Amino acid sequence: MKIFPDGKGHFEEFGGKFVPETLMKPLEDLERAYRTLKKDGRFQRELSHLLRDYAGRPTPLYLAKNWSAACGGRKIYLKREDLCHTGAHKINNTIGQGLLAAYLGKRRLIAETGAGQHGVATATAARLFNLSCDVYMGKKDVERQALNVYRMELLGARVIPVSSGSQTLKDATNEAIRDWVGSVDTTHYLIGSTMGPHPYPMMVRDFQSVIGRETYRQMMEAEGKIPDYLVACVGGGSNALGFFYRFIGTRASLVGVEAAGCGLGTGLHSAAIAKGKPGVLHGMKSLVLADENGQILEAHSVSAGLDYPSVGPEHAFLKKTGRAQYAYATDREALDAFHFLTRTEGIMPALESSHAIAYARKLALKVPKKSIIAICLSGRGDKDIDIIKRYAKR
Amino acid sequence: MKNRLTARTLKAKRNGEKLFCGYITLGYPNLSFTRNMILRMEEIGVDIVELGIPFSDPLADGPVIQAASEAALKKGVSPADAFRLCRDLRRDGLRLPVIFFSYYNPIMSFGASRFVREMKKAGFDGLIVPDLPPDEDIEFRKLISREGLAMVFLASPTTKDKRLIFISNASKGFIYYVSLKGVTGIRKNLSGDLGDQIRRIREVSDLPVLIGFGVSDPRQAHKASRCADGVIVGSAIIDAIRRSGGDIRKVSRLVERLVISTKSAGLSRGVKDRR
Repeated sequence: MKIFPDGKGHFEEFGGKFVPETLMKPLEDLERAYRTLKKDGRFQRELSHLLRDYAGRPTPLYLAKNWSAACGGRKIYLKREDLCHTGAHKINNTIGQGLLAAYLGKRRLIAETGAGQHGVATATAARLFNLSCDVYMGKKDVERQALNVYRMELLGARVIPVSSGSQTLKDATNEAIRDWVGSVDTTHYLIGSTMGPHPYPMMVRDFQSVIGRETYRQMMEAEGKIPDYLVACVGGGSNALGFFYRFIGTRASLVGVEAAGCGLGTGLHSAAIAKGKPGVLHGMKSLVLADENGQILEAHSVSAGLDYPSVGPEHAFLKKTGRAQYAYATDREALDAFHFLTRTEGIMPALESSHAIAYARKLALKVPKKSIIAICLSGRGDKDIDIIKRYAKR
Repeated sequence: MKNRLTARTLKAKRNGEKLFCGYITLGYPNLSFTRNMILRMEEIGVDIVELGIPFSDPLADGPVIQAASEAALKKGVSPADAFRLCRDLRRDGLRLPVIFFSYYNPIMSFGASRFVREMKKAGFDGLIVPDLPPDEDIEFRKLISREGLAMVFLASPTTKDKRLIFISNASKGFIYYVSLKGVTGIRKNLSGDLGDQIRRIREVSDLPVLIGFGVSDPRQAHKASRCADGVIVGSAIIDAIRRSGGDIRKVSRLVERLVISTKSAGLSRGVKDRR
């Protein structure tokens, strides 16, 4: 099997390094350091120690007993990333990159954040490794996600509101890149998903692939075989890639679920795979939502974590090669799925993960009996309670 | 036909003359200003115009050019306007080399080969795409050179010598030297070791080197031009457009001073030769 990305960071036509010249060398340095540390026993031991004792790994693989019972012989498993420290899979990556930054002697972390989950996970890693931390966040998001802003501040991070462009995640990402162009000597840019210029999509995937490796092992212990279907939500795509990666060489069906917002026909969605076209944004070539002049469109989703007008290049690649399928769920379906899982299993999923739940509900009705479906429950829903409440009143 | 841009920069290099390249954003504050300003720049003695096509996510640009891009986009400015404008200006006899500055996504969206054809037809001479380094999409670069257009690549203080050779081989017309680690914008001072940095490029490249990013006033333009073959000024001009509310006379006054201070860094015959 060919290994992706190739030496230049390409997943065939996608990926690469589409960045201003100033960043070319820092990206090369980062890649070299990462490839060295990947094989470094001490680094890897330290990382697994932190993932276990600090992040709370391995996370359980839970057989959703009540949901499965209603599925006539089909089994539904939930990979409980919601039980990670800080409440989502994001910490796997921020601990990995935080440790990398510490090894590289960087003194400062910067990050972009939409809903604030990655910002909180980065601020947490900054405390763990004694680094200073600045988080860029769109002005609109700062207003919408006041609680997470406060959490970051409690953790000693500075939250910098971004008032350019659409004042959301994509603009926060631009601003973080601009900061990094001027601060590369002292600063590590901790990208939160499998996106951006090479080596980020590869590196974030690797740090998240612990999810799939554990799932593989746990599934073999529980069932003696791998699941037939793996389902995960896709914004930038880090929980999905982390979940899928161990299974790419197997026969398992991989399904990524995008956010269809108010519906794919409305223009108010974040479905870059379903509706995007090849383009370049934030240093990578991938599928992007853009207008006829190539101006980037504002994405929409009820879940802020999926609200991004592009997608990681490896997902664009997996879509093109057909190795993974991509589906979508609307805001409404995700909200229903939230209530469904809460009532059925006593587990409140994040609205992002609720998209995967929503699609799996439909899938469970049509796959052969005795099929096993594993879902990546990427985060917990506490952060979304205000939104849930607001929608419930309507 | 010879490319106006490469012809101009080569001649300047031969004569030891310094080059002034002025950047303006298409459609800021409106398209007729852009048109008149370019004509005025030619009269003033600007050597090269860099026409910025606004993009929603300009990640190499600082706040001044970001704001101008946003304002122009609100008016619905597109690459088609740039082609129309340049074609009209050529029809009216504009002889200045004009560089199309754009991020890569609008170009991909337009369709690379169609884009290159339109560029050529409209009378553009060169292209700068800050988020397309010479390592990526080599096919696109081939399209550009097949049409006799010049693609200008950037070098920065972080660029190692081996890579400088690579960039120099890929670049046509000149090398755009980003003199600081950061985005475009107005700065109080130039980098202190500019002379050493430019010498490093000269050792591996015969191309003219123009310094951009952060060249903010006539004094800095003069200083930078003494080390290099000239300067590119963007944010300072855009800021003058903003402050004057699009008053061509006021903006021209700044551009005149920038041109004079740039030229005075070269051999004295430079300016006379051109007139």
